[in-house]
Order: sequence, then structure tokens, then C-alpha cells
Amino acid sequence: MRLSLSSIVKKSIMAVTGLALCGFVLAHMAGNLQIFLGQDALNAYAAKLQHLGPFLWLMRIGLLVCFVAHIVTAALLTVENRLARPSPYLHQATVKATFASRTLPMTGLIVLGFLIYHLAHFTFKLTHPEHAHLSDALGRHDVYSMVVLSFREWPVSVAYVAAMVPLCLHLSHGAASLFQTLGLRHERYQPAIRCAARGFALLILAGNSSIPLAVLVGAVKLPGGA
Amino acid sequence: MNLKLVVWRQAGPQDKGRAVTYEARDISEHMSFLEMLDVVNEGLLSKGEEPIAFDSDCREGICGMCSLVINGVAHGPERGTATCQLHMRKFKDGDTITIEPWKARAFPVVRDLTVDRSAFDRIVQAGGFVSVNTGNAPDANAVPVPKTVADLAMDAAQCIGCGACVAQCKNASAMLFVAAKVSHLALLPQGQPEKQRRVLDMVARMDSEGFGNCTNQYECEAVCPKSISSSFIARMNREYLAASAARQPERREEGGY
Amino acid sequence: MPLPDAKIPSGPLEKKWDKHRFDLKLVNPANKRKYHVIVVGSGLAGASASATLAELGYRVTCLCFQDSPRRAHSIAAQGGINASKNYQNDGDSVYRLFYDTLKGGDFRAREANVYRLAQVSGAIIDQCVAQGVPFAREYGGYLANRSFGGAQVSRTFYARGQTGQQLLLGAYQALSRQISSGGVRMLVRSEMQDLVVEDGRAVGIVTRDLVSGKLASLSADAVVLASGGYSSVFYLSTNAVGCNVTAIHRAYRRGAYLANPCYTQIHPTCIPVNGDLQSKLTLMSESLRNDGRIWVPKAKGDRRAPADIPDAERDYYLERKYPSYGNLAPRDISSRSAKEACDDGRGVGEHGRGVYLDFSEAIRRLGRATIAERYGNLFEMYERITGEDPYQVPMRIYPAAHYTMGGLWVDYNLMSNVPGLFVIGEANFSDHGANRLGASALMQGLADGYFILPYTIGDYLAQKKKASPAPEAPVFRDVERESSERLGRLLEAKGRTPSDVFHRQLGKLLWDKCGMARNARGLKEALAEIPRLRERFWKEVSVPGTGESYNRALEKAGRVADYLEFAELLCQDALHRDESCGGHFREEHQTEDGEAKRNDEAFSYVAAWEYKGVGAPAALHREPLVFENVKPGQRSYK
Repeated sequence: MRLSLSSIVKKSIMAVTGLALCGFVLAHMAGNLQIFLGQDALNAYAAKLQHLGPFLWLMRIGLLVCFVAHIVTAALLTVENRLARPSPYLHQATVKATFASRTLPMTGLIVLGFLIYHLAHFTFKLTHPEHAHLSDALGRHDVYSMVVLSFREWPVSVAYVAAMVPLCLHLSHGAASLFQTLGLRHERYQPAIRCAARGFALLILAGNSSIPLAVLVGAVKLPGGA
Repeated sequence: MNLKLVVWRQAGPQDKGRAVTYEARDISEHMSFLEMLDVVNEGLLSKGEEPIAFDSDCREGICGMCSLVINGVAHGPERGTATCQLHMRKFKDGDTITIEPWKARAFPVVRDLTVDRSAFDRIVQAGGFVSVNTGNAPDANAVPVPKTVADLAMDAAQCIGCGACVAQCKNASAMLFVAAKVSHLALLPQGQPEKQRRVLDMVARMDSEGFGNCTNQYECEAVCPKSISSSFIARMNREYLAASAARQPERREEGGY
Repeated sequence: MPLPDAKIPSGPLEKKWDKHRFDLKLVNPANKRKYHVIVVGSGLAGASASATLAELGYRVTCLCFQDSPRRAHSIAAQGGINASKNYQNDGDSVYRLFYDTLKGGDFRAREANVYRLAQVSGAIIDQCVAQGVPFAREYGGYLANRSFGGAQVSRTFYARGQTGQQLLLGAYQALSRQISSGGVRMLVRSEMQDLVVEDGRAVGIVTRDLVSGKLASLSADAVVLASGGYSSVFYLSTNAVGCNVTAIHRAYRRGAYLANPCYTQIHPTCIPVNGDLQSKLTLMSESLRNDGRIWVPKAKGDRRAPADIPDAERDYYLERKYPSYGNLAPRDISSRSAKEACDDGRGVGEHGRGVYLDFSEAIRRLGRATIAERYGNLFEMYERITGEDPYQVPMRIYPAAHYTMGGLWVDYNLMSNVPGLFVIGEANFSDHGANRLGASALMQGLADGYFILPYTIGDYLAQKKKASPAPEAPVFRDVERESSERLGRLLEAKGRTPSDVFHRQLGKLLWDKCGMARNARGLKEALAEIPRLRERFWKEVSVPGTGESYNRALEKAGRVADYLEFAELLCQDALHRDESCGGHFREEHQTEDGEAKRNDEAFSYVAAWEYKGVGAPAALHREPLVFENVKPGQRSYK
């Protein structure tokens, strides 16, 4: 089962890919928040991304590699960890492990599930084909309207907000943990790292949830105020 | 006080094992947990039954031999304490206490609550030493070591090798044990010449023994009888990654004579 | 067989060891791997010897009864290790360490051995530092020292309160290195059952694998016993519960002489016994006596809480009896005074076997913070064990058996009277005389293992003509059969009494009659009682299960059986030594101040006992102690 990679190397793969994915999540959120700047801003941003050409593909491949490496390594580690304790304790208890750390594999799986749904929704446009071909006044793909129309359906919005909670938990453990794994720990900065990781996770939760919530309460409307 | 004990009994490594319930009667709150088990065992012996096998030796928290998971927590409810220094005043009359052995693939059960921790010895044999033959040493004061460094090395060196870190970790990871030895020797000037080889070899041995991987939950440091900090794990990760990146290929020694 | 020559080299004291080393025969480096040495025990002495012998090129097999060599009881030593480095520039020297050790042992040790111990002490510290032992350091980065056990110089090196642990781990790591390179074969959970002697020479041992229960013969060119002391003959002691006399007692039964068994050391500051089923006594550092005041109520049976007893009704007995040393009186005096107070019915605590060690005055004078800084970790440990807060109520302390100076007789080469059988560390009798100084046990264990035995064993091996028999030889088969029969007898007893019950009874008997203070009447009573207890043991002991499995009850019963034989020798020696010296205090022989009164005219010798059968009195051999450099004097602490 064990590949020739040592446990610390595998953990480092988790940490490095995790760091890259944290960066992606942050950038992705920052891009999406442009919805609050209006239709033109968001659609322009989306169009710019589309026109990056080979660079876009480079990013996509990089992202895919990170995701796959993160998930495959996690699966490997989890299998090894299960094998390391073949029979569980009759009486199970923990002393200081946080809820986020204990649920890390579970939140990871939920996030993965959400990710597939999210790709099917906005990237491959399988769940709402009716929003696939909207275009704005400049002939650009109308991402803004697509998002607003989707999030007006409350089950979709609720699903998005609900998925951000496990993502937040996953990040709050993972973002602090990667410093430990990469050996970037110093007792003086340790509390700050832990705080920053939690802050980062909450920021992602708040930022990403704000979009569907804003649509749902009508703060973000279709162009023309509909 | 009277207690109900749910004790793991297992005839040997091949046996499946099972939980057996015993009554512990008239236990004084001043007794240590192991003395309470001694009483139960004497009761079994006077009935001609085989006593519950558990490891213990010094009974003052330093030899690292005692190894019980008590109500799901390695060494029981008191922090910074080995099982032998846990006292019954931490329990109440009528309590039910579940007592299990360390459970890990790398620590096979020998009998009942006794496990085989020779994997730890093999990890140390892989490189947890300074290669200095007797008689080789220069004067003890030849190399000054800053007090803060010596103190930090001592924090790591005081590991008693009990294996509670493995027992409590949900992945049965031995990172805290290995990190303590790697850090102790990597901090001191005497440990420098073999620093890279040591961390690489010890981690390789740890992996091949079948321990799990660290998921940074820090349960290990919470149950460690010596409260060894998980910051040593970060230090080992750093040492390991640096050594992996920088290690020189070893040269074969040319023939002597 | 008469006692062989002790092989003490001639010439001036300071040249003896050098001269001897030159005179020792050497084994050619290429031949060393042809010799196989068995080391029994993996404590400071055993681990350091195994590692060093393997470094030299010998093939070594080391065994221990624990699950790892790192668990040996050397690990529990707290205080420190002495060395005459004179780093503090306070006038220490090899001669001063030698003199202090000899005087501390009440002039009952060999001058030459003790001097050699002091000579090699410095090299031990060098070796340990090179291994990475994190000794305490000053801010400049140089090694820190403290004074210990009443020494007037600071020569004790320490690593927090865990010096023994760190030194043992250093030796364990050196041993681990040799195990990985194939120089040492390590057998864990293995117990020596017997010594195999052929034509008067030790040629191997029979061991039992404690997990499988299988007996096995190991043939060797030399056997080294490093199996520690026998304090747990008292049942309750500061020793580990697994410590036992079996290895040295079995060797004694095979013809090795046991020397000075009555020299046992009692430590004054332990946490008192709490109930009949206690298994272990925990030591509290002696340093507590620097600030604590020891007292008991003046009135017998005074059961009031300590705070309710006014100062006028307290007896600060050490301050009263020894005004100049007060609470800092030496270990033996302090221990005996506590016993006297308790025997007088003035002991405190639930069972009346304890005295108060009171910090209330020191807390008032220095403040709680200062006391916490000095003794915080000890106070914490006390509270963990007793559940009482020593900042609020006085500690209760009582003496406990702690170390044994006696052991198998060895010559200057650390070889017993059985050629090929070497004995090192606490298991031999050699260096501490009748009383051991604080921080000297670690020094002796490592001196023997790192720097003495590795030279002297070569002298025997170089001259050894005949190869040892193979493990299949009849001599091994016979001993194996005897061991197996003995285990069989324990299993067949089919009694209903756990061996711990007998051990507790034996321990109590010895503690009362052959403990801190002894007299002829009590010793005779003990000598009459022990055979009766032994007889009952063999009839009534409960050992369920089989010999072919992991059987803790069988293990324990075998050790108790040996203690029940050994105890008789202990009492016989104590009865024969009709004087007081060091840890051996005969009530008939004391000064008006209650100090031990030696009788140098009659007893300035080592008593080496020869086995004559179970229950039969052992035969005495005397090795006179010759003092060429030092004139024995009398101690006074008034």
C-alpha cells in the first residue's frame, strides 16, 4: 500500500497543494465578489479570464494537479491510517482534538461533492442548461445574470451556503496545519498562525456565502433591476 | 469504593480478544490505578485464575513501561501523568472503567493489556544515537552549549518511550516519539555530524514499522506523561525536508589495508 | 574453596590502575570477534558494558526482563552523578572524591577500587556529553554542578531531576547502535534462570523467554551480571516492582560468593506507606530537608490535625538531638530517628508510620513563590500521589529501602571467585563499603561498564585455554532440566495464595528485624521465621496457567522463591557483623549520640559467603581490608 514516498513527504504534498488550493479559493472568491460591482465588472472579469489562452490552461492544469494530488494523497494517507489501527477502541475519546480536525476527511469529501456540483452547475452548465447561453449587451457571456438567476432558486442558494460551512471547517484546520507540516512553526508565532487560519476560514465562509444570500434577499438584482 | 472494570483480555497476538467485566471492591482512594489492578489480580489468583497481564515496572512515572488506555484515554484522565501515578481519587464510587491495551498495528498485543513496543527500539537503532565509541570523547566542557539550547534538548530528551502518543493518536502515528529523539540530538552540537542521516533513517524505519501518519490533532502531546510539545514534530518535519533536499550521496569507503 | 586473591596491584595508590592496565593481557583485535560475552541486565552498567564490548569487537548477547533495555531501573535515579572534574575550582580532586567515598562508606571498601572509581569519574562525564546527554548548563554554555549528599564541593552533574534517565538513555543509544550493527544480540523479556558452570568456570546461562515460556541455553566465554540490587527483598522499596535478586542468587547457589549482604541503604525522605496493598514507595529528593523542618507531636497518639498542634507541643527531634546539623543530619541518622519516633507511638498519618516535613515556617520567611521555585515539581508530585497540598499541610515522609551496597564478591578485575563470571554495577559489592554517598551509584555503574570491565575482561579471555561447551552439551542440558523442574514445582503447588502475599510478609519481617536498626534477638527471630515462610510458600503459592506461555504469576513466584532463600543470608550476615557501620546499624553498638560504632579491630574485612544448601548456614570467607593511605576515623554530626 505504502508508496515509496515517506509519510512526511506525503504530508508535505498535502500541505503544499493545500496552500495552493487556499490561494485558489481566495482568488476565486475575490473574483466572484465583483458581482457586487455590477454586471459589467463581473462579465469583464470573466471574459478576461477566458481570453488568457494558454495561460488559462496552465492554471487549469495546475489547479487540477493540485486537486488530484491533494485528494489522492489524502486517500492514501487515510487508508494507511486506518491500517495502522486495525481494531478500534471499545471506548473512544479525545482530549484536545478540535471538531474541525476530527471531521477533516468528512468535510473534505463534502467539499469534493460540492465541487463536482459546482463545476456541473457553472462550468459545464449541466444542472441549469437554460442559463448556459446568456450574453450581455457587449456580447460577452453573461455570468452575472447566470449567477443571479441560479441563486434566486432558494434550494441552490441554501446548498451553496451549506457547503461553505464544511469548507470553512476544512480550511480552519488545514490552513494552520500546513505550517506545522512544513516545519514553519515557532512558539512565538504559533497563536498568531492559529488565529490567522481561523480568520481566513471565516473570511471565505462570509465572502462566499454573501453572494447567494445577497441574491436571495434581493440585494443583488438582474440588470435592469428585475 | 467499588468499581466495575471492563478489561480487555487476549490470550496472545493471534487471539481475537474480548472484554471481560470484573468487580473491584473496597478500593481505597489513595491507591494507584495499578495497585487497584493488583488487588483484582490477587483476587483472581486466590481463585486459581490467571491474573490480568499488564506491564509496569518503576511505578514512579519514568521507566515508561506502564501502558493502559483508560476510558479511551492513554494513561487515563490526569494530564502529564503515566498510568502508574494515576490515583483512584480521580474516580468515583460506582464508576465503570474501561481498560484497554495500546492498540496499533505496530504494537501487537502480547497478552491482555501487554503490548510489544519493540518497534520503538528499532526506530532508535535506525539512527537515534551519536556514533561515539567509548573513549573517543573530548573534555566535557570543550564545546559550550547555550543554556537555552540544552534546556530545549532536555525537554525533548525526557521522553520515556511509553507509546502513549501512538495509543492516543487516531492514526497510531509515532511522530511525537521520533520527533523527540530527532530534535534532542539535532539541537545539540554533538548530534550535528549525523543530523541528516539520522532523521532520514529514523523516519524511514518509522514508516516501515506500520505506524500511521500525523494529522496534527496534537492528541499525542495532550496524553504525553512528560508533556512533550508537538512543536518538536514541526522541527522534525523541517529537519527531514531540509535533509531530503540537501543530503549528499554517501561515498563508499575505500578499502583499508 | 578459599577466597581467591583480590588482585589489588602493588605500588602507590595513584599508579595502581595504570600499572594494572599495562599488566593486563590483551586480546588481538582480530580475535575479539571469536569471543562471546553474555551480559545480564541493561541498566547503566549492563548497557554501557554491552555497548563498549561490542565496540571493541566482542560478540555480545545482552538480556533484560523488561520489554526494552531502556526501562532498567537506573532510569529512576534523580539526583545526579559525581565526578572529580573540579570545574567549580572549589578544591575538588581525584583524591578528595576517593576520600569522601571511602569515608562515606564507613571505611568498609577497598582503597584501590574506590581510588580507581574516582580516577575514571571524569571520563564518564566526557563520554556522556559526547553521546548527547543534555546535562544542566550555565548561561555561558558550560556544565553546571551542584553539591549533593553533604559533600563540601560541587561535583555533581545533573539533568533536571532525571539524571539517571538521561545517562541510561545515552547508554541505551550506544547499545542500540551496536544492536543495529550486529555487535550485540538483544534479548528482551528474557530472564536468567541459572548460571552454568563447568570445571569451576562460568560457561553460560540458562534463560527463559518470558513470552513463550521456553528455556534456552546460551554458551559464552564469559558471563557478566549487571542485574542490580536487592532492595525489593523488603517488598516495599523505591526499586521497581520487577527488580529481583534472581541472577545473583542463582550465581551464589552455583558457587559465587556473596559479599556484605547486610549493607543496605535506607533513604529518609520517601512518601509514607498508605495501606497494606501499596506496591511501591516513591522517593522525594533529599534537598527538601534544606528548608523543611521535621517534627512529630510530643504526646503519644496525638491525632490532632498538624495545624491544631501548638509549637510547644511539637518535637523537632532532629534539631533537638543534633543542634549543629539539625534537619540536615545524614541519611542513616535521620532515618533511624524517624523510626524511633514512630516506634514510640508518635508517628503521624493514618497508619502512624510517618513524620512531618513542615514548610510553613519557610513559606512565611521566604514566601510561597520562592518555595515554589525551589521545590515546585516535588510539591506537585507529592500532591499527585497523596492528594494533599504541601503548601497548606505539612508533608509526611518516612524512610524506605533504596539501594544495596552488598552483592557478589569480585576482585579488582570485577571477576567473581568463579572464573569467567564478572559482576558490575549495584550487583557487585565493591566500591561503596557500608554506605553509598548520593550521586555515586550512577558513577559506579558507568565506571564499571565503560571503563573498567572492557579492559579487565580481556585479561581473562586472553588466557582462556579451553573453549566453552556448546549449548547442546550435557552440562547445559542438566541445568536446563533443573530450571524446568523448579518451574514445574511452582506450577504444581496449586495453592490459593498469591506470591505477593508471601513477599509482603517477608518484606515486613525483614523491615522490622533487619531494616534500619537491627539487634541480635530480632535477627535470630527472623532467621527462625524465614524457613517457615518459605515452606508455606512452596505449599500454598498460587501459580495458575502453564510454563509454556506468558505467565506473570510464574515469573513473580520464581523471584519471590529466590528472595525467600536470599533473606536468610541477609539476616545471617547482619547477625554475624556484630558492629554498626554505615547502613548496617546494630542497636547494641552505638555511641551516646546514637551514631554507628564501628569495631575496626574485629570487623575490618569483607564478609564473603559461600552457599552450603537451602536452609543451611553459609560459610564465611574473610577478605581483610588494608588501609595504606587513609586512617579510618569516626563520624560525628553533633
